[in-house]
Amino acid sequence: MKVALFIPCYIDQFYPKVAIATLELLEKLGCEVTYPLNQTCCGQPMANSGFEHLSKDCDNNFVDNFRGFDYIVSPSGSCTLHIKEHLHGSDNQASTHIRKHIYELSEFMTDILKVEKLDAKFPHKIGLHQSCHGQRGLKLAQMSELVAEPFSKIERLLKMVEGLSIVALDRKDECCGFGGTFCVTEEAVSVKMGKDRITDHTKHEAEFIVGSDVSCLMHMEGIMKRQGSEIKVKHIAEILNG
Amino acid sequence: MSSIKIDHATASVEFNKDEAHVNWHDETLWFVRSKRDKAVFQIPEWEQLREAGSQIKNHVLSNMHDLLLEFEEKATANGITVHWATDAQEHNEIIYSIIKNEGVNRMVKSKSMLTEECHLNDFLKEKGVEVIDSDLGERIVQMRNESPSHIVLPAIHLKRSDVGETFHKHLGTEKGATDPQYLTEAARQHLRDTFLTRKVALTGVNFAIAETGGFVVCTNEGNADMGVHLADVHIACMGFEKIIPKAEHLGVFLRLLARSATGQPITTFSSHFHKPREGQKMHIIIVDNGRTKQLGRPDFRNSLKCIRCAACFNTCPVYRRSGGHSYHTAIAGPIGSILAPNLDMAQNADLPFASTLCGSCSNVCPVKIDIHEQLYKWRQVLVKEGHVPTFKKLGIQSMAGVLSSPSFFRMAGKLGRFLMKNTPFVVNNKLNVWYQQREMPDVPKESFREWYVLRGEKINEEEKKAL
Ligand code: SF4
Repeated sequence: MKVALFIPCYIDQFYPKVAIATLELLEKLGCEVTYPLNQTCCGQPMANSGFEHLSKDCDNNFVDNFRGFDYIVSPSGSCTLHIKEHLHGSDNQASTHIRKHIYELSEFMTDILKVEKLDAKFPHKIGLHQSCHGQRGLKLAQMSELVAEPFSKIERLLKMVEGLSIVALDRKDECCGFGGTFCVTEEAVSVKMGKDRITDHTKHEAEFIVGSDVSCLMHMEGIMKRQGSEIKVKHIAEILNG
Repeated sequence: MSSIKIDHATASVEFNKDEAHVNWHDETLWFVRSKRDKAVFQIPEWEQLREAGSQIKNHVLSNMHDLLLEFEEKATANGITVHWATDAQEHNEIIYSIIKNEGVNRMVKSKSMLTEECHLNDFLKEKGVEVIDSDLGERIVQMRNESPSHIVLPAIHLKRSDVGETFHKHLGTEKGATDPQYLTEAARQHLRDTFLTRKVALTGVNFAIAETGGFVVCTNEGNADMGVHLADVHIACMGFEKIIPKAEHLGVFLRLLARSATGQPITTFSSHFHKPREGQKMHIIIVDNGRTKQLGRPDFRNSLKCIRCAACFNTCPVYRRSGGHSYHTAIAGPIGSILAPNLDMAQNADLPFASTLCGSCSNVCPVKIDIHEQLYKWRQVLVKEGHVPTFKKLGIQSMAGVLSSPSFFRMAGKLGRFLMKNTPFVVNNKLNVWYQQREMPDVPKESFREWYVLRGEKINEEEKKAL
């Protein structure tokens, strides 16, 4: 299975360890993984600011990098969702193929690779932050607002990790307040949301805040560091990779 | 955006200065959301009910013209006088002319967000008509010369002590009193007197039924009934989207509304009005005020399905932490943010950006309005129509350039990391908004791309050696 790795820009620059863990994990699971070297970004920061119409070149660059693979996998629910919903390069056929074959890491593992067990150990109490775009957009987990059977693809994978336990949060899918450019244009509310999200985890004695979107984790990590908190953030890839 | 007096972000900074109060505001509204959850989880067919509500409303949007005419015909036959108002001004003038005709100069009014939208109180005040709001929360904000901050809980932004102070000033209660029972009793006495002495009473409309020409008003305090049963004239105001085809559809909407709004199985009072009682006059005013325009916008028309339950307010993590007044519009919250730009793009250009697009609003909405998707679409429209400040535009344009050029992107990233590592003061200062309350991420020694290229070279070498 030929898989292309899509690494969002901030992960490439600030959290290479998450990208490395993703790559190693996929290779362990038997995928032939390539990282197309000229990739840049999904274009979401522009589009969410109202500048979708300027993203044509960015889209074309994305298509050039990611054409011809069986699947495209990314350790970010948010960027994956954006591509799924908004990638419109000049090459229609290639764009459609990409939109249909791009997966966030955890859904790729549960839905395509059908992973049933993992060789990983993480003897800690963690709190799971379900990022909104992954959860409500990609439906990686059931949403608390809907009257429907609960499920969570990420939780299913984390439960395969030896020694790991997940604490119950008061608000299981409240947004952390990152929100792309929102984190600076609406700084006051963004930070307050982040603080409250962190408190929900500390209150329940989580040692780590674990999530599938580095952007949310970066935002909460920034606040926790400023607070001098002991709690650390981890991306699921770092845990599932063992 | 420059023409907005105080935009959402700025108002939120102010609101967040009292963190304890923000916590209270957030928790109180979250409590309402939780009550909603409990109520809806008792109904296994909840999602089907939402779908039914949504479909009926879709039907309404597509048959607006016919349904409204059917309603007018039936209502007129029932003895109700039907008026049509193109905009807020006309709506206000119709009401004033009815009041003047009765030869009175005061009126009691139960909750109607439409009259807030039309700024009826200010208009009538100028004409010398005294209006008393009879919904307790609305009465409180009215005394304080404020507008409601929430469409179901108008005074939710206030602390108990604020209410005590207001009542002390206006109703002569004891100074410093905060006991809710004592304060509501005072309001009760004051409103009783109002109900008994007003000849004209105004209400909103929750649902108007085309088939029967009747309408339904939902309240929890019974204040709408108190007002109209004691008055000689009943004026009911409705935005035209309040129409539903048949009486049987009420079964769907009344179940959806109360559960979504407060977690009650049904509002305490659902009053059905069909015709004036003997000796009473009944008027209904059907208002457009921008609704036709919104109906003509394919991306935004279904915002008119809204039944004003406020579930999207209560679930919105931004609303809970910025307060209703930060939205500077009669209808705040997520739904307000997609309705307001239709009325005035320049004045409300900030609102679609006051969201993380988390999507919770669309999930709680009982009539399935795709609120967060419309927020995203409004952003695109506002930018194209030139309602976003130039500095943002310039920044984004250079971002677009960087992101479409791989080599430039790499250089920008590398340069950024280099600067952050060696000259942290460049980013760690007051000009960097991120840094005000958050640390920047640590700077790794190499990017993933650099690591990956190096790994590739190593593998190549090993392969060569093996040969
Ligand atoms: S948009 Fe939906 S959730 Fe919000 S007030 Fe209207 S009906 Fe209720």
